Amino acid sequence: MNRPDSLFRRSALFLAAASALLAGCAAAPSRDDPFEPWNRAMYEVHQVVDGNVVKPIAEGYVKAVPEPIRTGVSNFFGNIDDLFTGINNVLEGRGDQAGDDFGRVLLNSTFGMLGVLDLASMMGINKDKKDFGITFGKWGAPQGPYFFVPLFGPTTVRDGTGTVVRFFLSPLGHINDVPLRNSIYGVGYVDGRAQALSAESVLDTAALDRYRYLRNAYLKNRRYQVYEGKPPPEEDEDTPAPSAVPSPAAPPPTK
Amino acid sequence: MLRTVAVTLLLLPLVLIAPPVHAQEAPDALVKRIAEETLTTIRGDKDLQAGNPAKIKQLIESKLVPNFDTARMTALAMGRNWRTATPEQQKQLTEQFKTLLIRTYSNALTNYRDNTMNYKPLRMNAGDTEVVVRTEVTRPGQAPVPIDYSMEKTPEGWKGYDVVVAGVSLVTNYRDEFNDVVKSSGVDGLIKTLADKNKGPVPK
Repeated sequence: MNRPDSLFRRSALFLAAASALLAGCAAAPSRDDPFEPWNRAMYEVHQVVDGNVVKPIAEGYVKAVPEPIRTGVSNFFGNIDDLFTGINNVLEGRGDQAGDDFGRVLLNSTFGMLGVLDLASMMGINKDKKDFGITFGKWGAPQGPYFFVPLFGPTTVRDGTGTVVRFFLSPLGHINDVPLRNSIYGVGYVDGRAQALSAESVLDTAALDRYRYLRNAYLKNRRYQVYEGKPPPEEDEDTPAPSAVPSPAAPPPTK
Repeated sequence: MLRTVAVTLLLLPLVLIAPPVHAQEAPDALVKRIAEETLTTIRGDKDLQAGNPAKIKQLIESKLVPNFDTARMTALAMGRNWRTATPEQQKQLTEQFKTLLIRTYSNALTNYRDNTMNYKPLRMNAGDTEVVVRTEVTRPGQAPVPIDYSMEKTPEGWKGYDVVVAGVSLVTNYRDEFNDVVKSSGVDGLIKTLADKNKGPVPK
C-alpha cells in the first residue's frame, strides 16, 4: 500500500541516501517516512526559524489582541475552511453534510459579517472539517511519502497536493489589492500559529522525540479521517523484518 | 495541516478526563460522570483555570488516575518489549509513564473550560469485558473531535487502558519511540530516559 511508482522510488532512494549524508543522521527511515533524515533536518530548520521569528509574533498577537477579536479572526478563516469542507463533502458524495456546510457559509458570510461571527454554530449547525487530502484518500490515492515542511508543518505528498489545490481555489486569491491580500494571508498564518501554541506545549511535555511524536500523530489522524473514524487495523509498523525478531510479538500481559 | 494536528494534540490531554469507582457502574456512565465532574471542577475553580500546578496535579491524581489501568497502558506503549522487562522494571516503567502522562495532561487541562462533551450510545453485549466508549468534544468555532476510551472490566470496576483522540492513541503513539530507546540502550535506558524527561521543567 502507498507505494510510489518505481522511477519515483528510485529517485526517492537516491534522495534519501543523499539527505542521510547531508543530515548526518542515523535514524532508520520508515515506510511512511522514507526521507526521515531530510525531514529531521527540515524540522530543525523549522525550530530555529519558528522559535526566533514566528512563535514570538504569535505570542505577541495573543498578548496584544483581545480574545473576542482573535475569535473573530479565527472565525473569518474558519468560514473559508467551511467552504472547502462543503466542496469536499460534495466530492465525497455526502450531500446532506455539504448542505450544512454551505448553509453555514451562506449564513456566516452574510449575517455573520464575512464569517467573523459564527452564527451557524450558535444556531446548532455543526461545523465539519474536510480537505482535498482526505477526498483524494477516499478516492484511493496513496498518501505518498511524509514531509515536514518548515513553517508549514507535517504533510504528505497527497495532503500537500490538496493544500496546493486549495490555495489556487481560495476566494482570497480573488482579492486584487495585493498588499491587502498579502496582509490577510499574513494574519491567517499568525492566527493558525497562535492556535497551535498550547498544543505545542503539550507536544513538548509529552514527546521523547518531538519529530516522531508529531509525525505519528499526524499520520494516524489523517488515516482516521480518510476512513471516517473506522480505519482498518494496521500491521505493526515497528515490528522489524522477521529475521530480527526471534518470536512473534504476543499481546502484552495485562496484569 | 498544522492546525489539524494542533487541535488533536491540544485535545489529547482531555483523555485523562475520565473514570472513584462505583461498583458495577456501566463503562459509558463512568466516563460521563468523571468527565462531567472534572469539567465542572475546572469551570468552578479559578486556580485551576489559571494553571496552578499543585491543584491540577491533585485533581488528576485523585479523579482520573484511579480509573486507568496504568500497567496495561504502559504494556501497550511498550509493545513486545514489555515482555523482556523484569517485574521490577515493569513497575518502574509504569511509574514513569504514569508521571509522564500526568505531567503532559496537567499542562493542558486548563484549556478545557469551554469544552462540551457528547456521549455516543454504547454498543455492548452482556458479558463483554472490553468495550470502547465513544465521545465527542466540541469547542467553540471548531469541528467536533472524537475521543474513544478503551475500557476493560476489572474486579474493581471498569478501567480505561487506551484513549484515542481523532485516531491518535495517547498510548501507542509512543511505541516506536520506546522501541528505539530500548533497542539502543535497553529497558533500563528507557526507564532512565523517562525519568530524566520527568525531572525536566514543564514547558510553558
